[in-house]
Amino acid sequence: MSGIGTGYDLSVTTYSPDGKVFQTDYAQKAVDNSSTAMGIKCKDGVVLAVEKLVLSKLLVEGSNRRIFNIDHHAGMAVAGLQPDGRQIVNRAQDEATQYKSFYGESIPGSVLCERVASYKHAFNLYWSMRPYGVSSLLAVHDKAAGPQLYLVEPSGIAHRYYGTAVGKGRQSVKTEIERLKFDQISCRQAVVECAKTLYKVHEESGKPFELEMSWICEESGWKHARVPAELVAEAEQQAKAAAEESDMED
Amino acid sequence: MDLNAFGRGAAQACSNSKMSDAEPHTGTTIVACTYNGGVVLGADGRVSTGNYVSNRASNKIMQLTDNVYLLRSGSAADTQAIGDYVRYFSEQLAGELGEDPSVQTIANLVGTMNYNNKNMLMGALLVAGIDKHSGGQVFGVPIGGTIVPEKWAIDGSGSTYIWGYMDSAWKPDMTREEAEGFVTEALALAMARDASSGGIIRTVTLDKDGATMRYVGGNEVPLFHEELQPPAAAAAAGTASMVVG
Repeated sequence: MSGIGTGYDLSVTTYSPDGKVFQTDYAQKAVDNSSTAMGIKCKDGVVLAVEKLVLSKLLVEGSNRRIFNIDHHAGMAVAGLQPDGRQIVNRAQDEATQYKSFYGESIPGSVLCERVASYKHAFNLYWSMRPYGVSSLLAVHDKAAGPQLYLVEPSGIAHRYYGTAVGKGRQSVKTEIERLKFDQISCRQAVVECAKTLYKVHEESGKPFELEMSWICEESGWKHARVPAELVAEAEQQAKAAAEESDMED
Repeated sequence: MDLNAFGRGAAQACSNSKMSDAEPHTGTTIVACTYNGGVVLGADGRVSTGNYVSNRASNKIMQLTDNVYLLRSGSAADTQAIGDYVRYFSEQLAGELGEDPSVQTIANLVGTMNYNNKNMLMGALLVAGIDKHSGGQVFGVPIGGTIVPEKWAIDGSGSTYIWGYMDSAWKPDMTREEAEGFVTEALALAMARDASSGGIIRTVTLDKDGATMRYVGGNEVPLFHEELQPPAAAAAAGTASMVVG
């Protein structure tokens, strides 16, 4: 079969003539096909939100978790191959506990990001292993730098963001949140914005989806925690109303 | 006193206490104390090998990072090795963090070394420093690997003689001058009574602007009850030397 990367895409240790490592690009495609995950760093905290497509009515609500605790002060939302994501979460958890055991304090956000990124990058170097098909949104709070949001891609590229999204609807989400004033928006407002954005961007209107949200803010005691159910429900109300309104405008 | 007698005395001392078997010990008194604005650390200067003073002006204060210092007592070799390791790990961490590690972190590293190697090590250490999150801090890290944050801490053989003084004289929110005087006084008292502590006093004061080192020569150390003044000749020469004849 011929395709874009024919011949140069069989192994992660092969460059293409135009300097690409196709296996890494293909890993990114696995993420791009997953349902949307987003994060916003507000003036007083960080919010993560994931659009969880409900694959079957037989599934219990709240199953298929997409957001995980790494430590009390850090959380990760996963987009892409979910089993791969679980491994990344485990690794991040180990890094966090080992750091605390050795240095006596919680792992700083920049260090955790660096550890996850280096780990993922290693799988882009060696022939014997494939890259992880996962993008990780890290929400962290530490005393040195306050609330932080990082995105680590399958290649190991990592950046710190005010707001970003990964997965199917990432372009639309990023366009939507670009207009937000990140230094003025509060976490509670961001929770509503995330809900509105994910509802707006949810393409397959037939397919039901669950909204999974977490935050780190003063209200959560600066711990990574699920956004309280009432707030999520309220945000969803507002989001549905906004979506209907824009429908009616046509 | 004649030189021959001295020579015989030294030989006696050797055979009595098996100096050849004794390891160099920082017999020591070490003191660290927080004050309003930072920390003051102090130590005496005596290193003894049995009854022989192998170094009368040693430096028991070791810098680990820009903002954190280590006070060493116990085995001289063990504490130097621990200090070197912790300095190495701290430098690496500072590179990873992009800033100085906190005092608590450094204390944890020292405690980890003491705990994980407790069969082999004999280091009773004090970690003192200043960081922007929590200001001046003192941690006691005794043999065994306990890590204890304190407002002030003392250790070493000479410390046994000054617990009462420390308890009664320490007060919170001292000024820099009061704290420096407190540390110096404590050391001088311990050095007066402990045979394994003596010589000179070194102090380091850490505040947000950096570190200031002070050296108190042997003949300027405060004297107490029934302690002899240094001989006039010695004072003029500026050193505490032995008098012959």
